[in-house]
This record gives sequence, C-alpha cells and structure tokens, in this order.
Amino acid sequence: MRHIISVLLENEAGALSRVAGLFSARGYNIESLTVAPTDDPTLSRMTLVTVGSEEIIEQIKKQLNKLVDTVKLLDLTEGRHLERELMLIKVRAQREDREELKRLTEIFRAKIIDVTATSYVIELTGTSQKIDAFIQAVPEGLIIEVVRSGPIGIARGEKGLTL
Amino acid sequence: MELSGAEIIVQALIDEGVEYVFGYPGGAVLHTYDALFKQDKVKHILVRHEQAATHGADGYARATGRCGVALVTSGPGATNAITGIATAYMDSIPMVILSGQVPTPVIGSDAFQEVDTVGISRPCVKHNFLVRDVHDLALTIRKAFYIATSGRPGPVLVDIPKDVTDPNIKIPYHYPKEIKLRSYNPATKGHPGQIRKAVDVLLQAKRPVIYTGGGVILGEASKSLRELIDLLGYPITSTLMGLGAFPMTDPRFLGMLGMHGTYEANMAMHETDVLVAVGARFDDRVTGKIEHFCPHATIIHIDVDPSSISKNVRVDVPIVGPVGSVLADMVRLIREAKAGPDPAALQDWWRQIEVWRGVKCLAYDRNSPLIKPQFAVETLYQVTGGDLYLTSDVGQHQMFAAQFYPFDEPRRWINSGGLGTMGFGLPAAMGVQLAFPEATVACISGEASILMCIQELATCKQYDLPVKIILLNNGYMGMVRQWQEFFYESRYAHSYVDALPDFVKLTESFGHVGMRVDQPGDLEGAMREAFAMKDRLVFLDIVVDPAENVYPMIEAGKGHHEMHLSPERELA
Repeated sequence: MRHIISVLLENEAGALSRVAGLFSARGYNIESLTVAPTDDPTLSRMTLVTVGSEEIIEQIKKQLNKLVDTVKLLDLTEGRHLERELMLIKVRAQREDREELKRLTEIFRAKIIDVTATSYVIELTGTSQKIDAFIQAVPEGLIIEVVRSGPIGIARGEKGLTL
Repeated sequence: MELSGAEIIVQALIDEGVEYVFGYPGGAVLHTYDALFKQDKVKHILVRHEQAATHGADGYARATGRCGVALVTSGPGATNAITGIATAYMDSIPMVILSGQVPTPVIGSDAFQEVDTVGISRPCVKHNFLVRDVHDLALTIRKAFYIATSGRPGPVLVDIPKDVTDPNIKIPYHYPKEIKLRSYNPATKGHPGQIRKAVDVLLQAKRPVIYTGGGVILGEASKSLRELIDLLGYPITSTLMGLGAFPMTDPRFLGMLGMHGTYEANMAMHETDVLVAVGARFDDRVTGKIEHFCPHATIIHIDVDPSSISKNVRVDVPIVGPVGSVLADMVRLIREAKAGPDPAALQDWWRQIEVWRGVKCLAYDRNSPLIKPQFAVETLYQVTGGDLYLTSDVGQHQMFAAQFYPFDEPRRWINSGGLGTMGFGLPAAMGVQLAFPEATVACISGEASILMCIQELATCKQYDLPVKIILLNNGYMGMVRQWQEFFYESRYAHSYVDALPDFVKLTESFGHVGMRVDQPGDLEGAMREAFAMKDRLVFLDIVVDPAENVYPMIEAGKGHHEMHLSPERELA
C-alpha cells in the first residue's frame, strides 16, 4: 500500500542523505521525497511517499525514527489527511489547440502562468491522482515537459506534527 | 580556559575519562597529535594500520564496556578505518572515531588526502558529524560519546577539518556534563503492561527456551539473566555474540544455537512453545530459514532498539527497553506471582532435551594422529582454566572456540560476529590487554586471518603486550574450504594458502617468541610453556588436521531441525 510519511528532521547538513541512504541501503522504495525548512528554521519537514507491505512500512518507520536526526514522524495515511502536489506543465499551444487547453485548465482549476505564441505553462495543484488525470487529459503530443513537486501532506484537524 | 581546537579535542577526551586512543598520525591530524604530545593523561597507542586502530578500540570497548576511541587522519587513514567501524557497527560496540579532514576552504576540491569521510562512513555508523566551526567542537564530541554509549550502542565518527584544530585560534572551553538531544531519546524502561504480559506467557510455557544475544552483554544484564534462569529453571541458549552472559558450564545452558550450534539448542528452538529473545536480533545465521523458525512458539522479544523487533521474525510480545532493567522487572514480577512454572511440563521438557543432548553432537575423533582443532581448543581451556580473555578472528577456529571453550563470564569472548571481519583478533587482543594488563589474553586465529593484521605484532612489541596467539594452522581458509567441499564438489578455488610464512621466524623477527607444534601429545606442554611466559607475546603455531570441518551444521536456508551432525553420523 501507498503511505505518506511526514518527518520532522533536524535541519542539518547530511540529514537528507541519511534518509536517502537508508532507503537505498535497505532496499525500500521511494516514490517521492520533498523537503524544506519549517517555520522553525532549525527543523526541516520531509514528506516521503513509499509503497510496501505492512511489515515493510513498519520497518521503514522504525528505521526512520532510529536516525539521530529524526525528531518526529507521522504516517499520514493512518488518519484523515490532506495531500497536495504542485505541477508545472509546459504544453504546445498552437492556435487550434488553445481553446481545448484553456477549457481543460478551467475544468481542473489550474492556471496558465506563461503564454507564448506557441506554448503555455500551466500550474496545477491537487492530489497526485488529480495531477495524473490532468496529464492524461492533455491531447496527445502536446506535452513538452512536466515538473512535479511530489506530494506534501498534513493531517486534518487541530493536532499538528510539531515539537 | 582558552584552548585551540586541537587542545579541545584532547581536553574533551580527558573529560570523558578516556584512557587510550588508538591511532595513526597524518597531515590532517598533526595539530591534534601535537596537543596529545604535550600531555600525559590520555595515552596514545600507535598502531601499524588504521584498521587495527578501530579494532583495538573495539576490543577495549568489548572487554570493558567503555567507549573505545580511535584517531586517524583524512583520506586513506579514514578509509582504512572503515572496516573496523563497520565491524563495531554490526556488533553495536560503543566507539568514537575522530578523523582528520582537509581544511574547510578546500573541502570538495579533491585536495590531497581528501575523501568524503562522513559520506563513506554513513551506512556503518550510528551517527556522524562534520565539525565546520571550532565553537561546535566540544559539544559535538560530547554528543558523539553520548550517542555512542547510550541506547543500542554503536560507533560515532567525528570528522574534523585541519583548520578547526588550528593552534593559533583559541576559544573559551566548556565541556557540558549533561546532554539532551530532542531528536534522540533511547528507551530507559520497558513498558510495564508488556512486561506483565510477557511474564504471564512465560509462566504458562510448557517447553520454554530463553535465547540471548550480545545485547545482554552490552546491556550489562548478565546478573538479572542469571536470576531469571535460577527462578525459572528454563533452558537457555545463546548466539555467538552472547556467549558468557550465562555460564556455559551450567547444565541449563544448551550451547550456542544456529548454523553451527548444538543439536540440543536447535532442536529445542524448533520444538519450543514460548521463546524469549533477549538482546538478540534474529540474525540469519541464527534463524536458518525463517519459514521453519520456531514453528510452535509464542515469541517474546526484549530489545532496546525498536527497529530490531519484528524485523526478521514476527514477534508476539515486543518489549522495547534496556534488557537489564526489563529482566529485573520480570524477575520481580515472577517472584510476586502466585504460581510458578508448571513443574511436570518442565520435567518432561528437560527429559526431551537430555535425549537430544545424548546425541553428543560435538563428538570428534579423539584418536586422530593429527591435532584436531577441537582438541586444541579443549586443551586451551584446560591450560587456562577458563580464566582467559579470548579474542578471535573469523572462520572455523572461531566456531570451534565458540563450541569448545565454555565462557562463564561476559566480556571474555571477543569476536566479530555480525560483519565477520578477518584480521579482527590480534588488534582486538591489544585493546583487551591494555585494558587489563594483568589478565591472560589470547587470540585464536587461523593462518589466513592472522595475516590480515599481522603488522600489529610490532605494536604489541612497542607496548609490551604479552598476548598469546593460538594459531590453528590448517593451510586452508578452513570455512571457505568447508563450503567448497560441501557445495562446490570439493573444488577448492583459491582457499589453499600456497605460500605461508614461517610463523616462528616471523614472530621472532618482531621480537616475540614463536613456537610450532604438530603432535597431539606435545600440545598441552607447549601451551603451558607459552602461558607461563607472562611478559612475552607467544605465537603458538599449531598444525591441525587440514580436512576437519565444523559440525553440526545447518546449511544456509534450512530449518533448525535439518542439521547435519557429520558425514558419518546423519540424523534420521
């Protein structure tokens, strides 16, 4: 099953490579990984998407917790949570395709953020599934490039993953 | 007090109560060596290869329970140390490694003797640090010692660029006594509910087995373990790493378990209904094929490291906590319990175990005209009377020692279990001998292993370390040869050591005493002579039967009930 794991890490040089090294050394899957400092500059928050059996996910969480740089960890998938990913997608936008692309952008509540005579850059936020769906919906042959941030997530409700 | 970075390093070691630093100088650590030179509280042991610095610190740590310390230079100094760091990591040995690094302005420029030490060591340390600012140095070293010695211990490396040790930059020195890390809080107590549950299961067992590992020794839990067994009268077995935590001469001890464990220990594992794993990690050499492991058992697992629990084998009652305190809690609860274990069931169980014991799985040919390696280890036990620190290299001799030398105390059997590092034995013995100058220390080895760190004979000479080297010389990499005999139709691909040195002359050239024995009748006398030379290193080259194999054996990927006893004696 797919799990979204949020980790609060000490914002120190090498913390990211410890996580990446752990996954490669133990042969765990990483689907995506994003990391940036939080409101507290000494802490980074990492969101990690991984797949595996319950036993493997259990081990992944224990091994992550064992890292000396890990302050706190939460498996978002265990509770109600929100998930968002950002995509920037560059598409060929010749005259005959422009209307269709604009319609798609509207349907998905995306935004066109760059326009040239022959191309658009479209910004879209949503769950990974929604982003997949948008990519699917773009008429064939029009995609020039796709940049995805990888999902980030947060638990619903008042409780937070904080110190 | 204003100190330079180099002086801070030395002062921090003094404040940690460090006796010995095992090291080798080089460009990036010259300032630190200069600071070491100007004091006499911390003694430096000059090894002849950085691998031996880490093994020496490791041996010291295993024998004493204190943190070992190694000091190496950048680049090749650090890479040479890696084998010893990985060895310590696999066996959870507390160690702090201080490595020199090129100056911060040139880090990343492929400078002379530069290597990404933090990167290379990352997968085989508990944690590591690169200190970029002298102001962080004292606190980082304090953290390193704290992390290395607490929770599940392990090696911690501190990489220190040369400019951080600059003798001309002095700053106020403060070494914190107490330290707290928000991201690192090892368990200090087991969960009372889980402990109670475990005791309930344990007292209802009909065919219990206690399976202990190196964690009992690391956690200083020997005393509580003995109390537990005295209370319950249950059979106990141990991994290679846990030998000596419980007296091996005690009738309740079933011998080592696993690949080369005893028949009775492995059969008991196969038939047990309640297994208590204490400070053991269900290593593949112990479990055999996981699908066949303890098929009838409810499993209780006590370990300070949560990630050890249910890693290889699904556990029914996990208890995360220091094994010493958890065992003490269990002992208390058992004393308070209304009813003890079921005596009739236990009697039946012991009766069954005695039947397995009756197989005498460790029997070997005592009438051989050649010296059998088993006989050599038995003679070693006789001659030393069990009062010995025995370090080991890796291979057949290691298994024979584990099978035939019964240790009754913890920290006496010192070997590389997890990583299986050939070359470990001699430098580890130096660490043990330094820790206990008056003790009898021997290194059991093979002619292949010993050559991997043979240069340390020079270190032993320099510091007058009267280690006894018990070399079981069979001319082969014995364990490799054994596997080739069994699984490769006796094609001995490169396991025969064609050009061996004359070990007697070799030893003498280093200034020690060398002796060679090839007759069984001469062995005891030679050993007595060797151990009588209390202030000399003696290298006893014992020519043993080249064809002997380690039995019993469970082939990799087989279950505990599928053992081989020997070619002549197969089990039904």
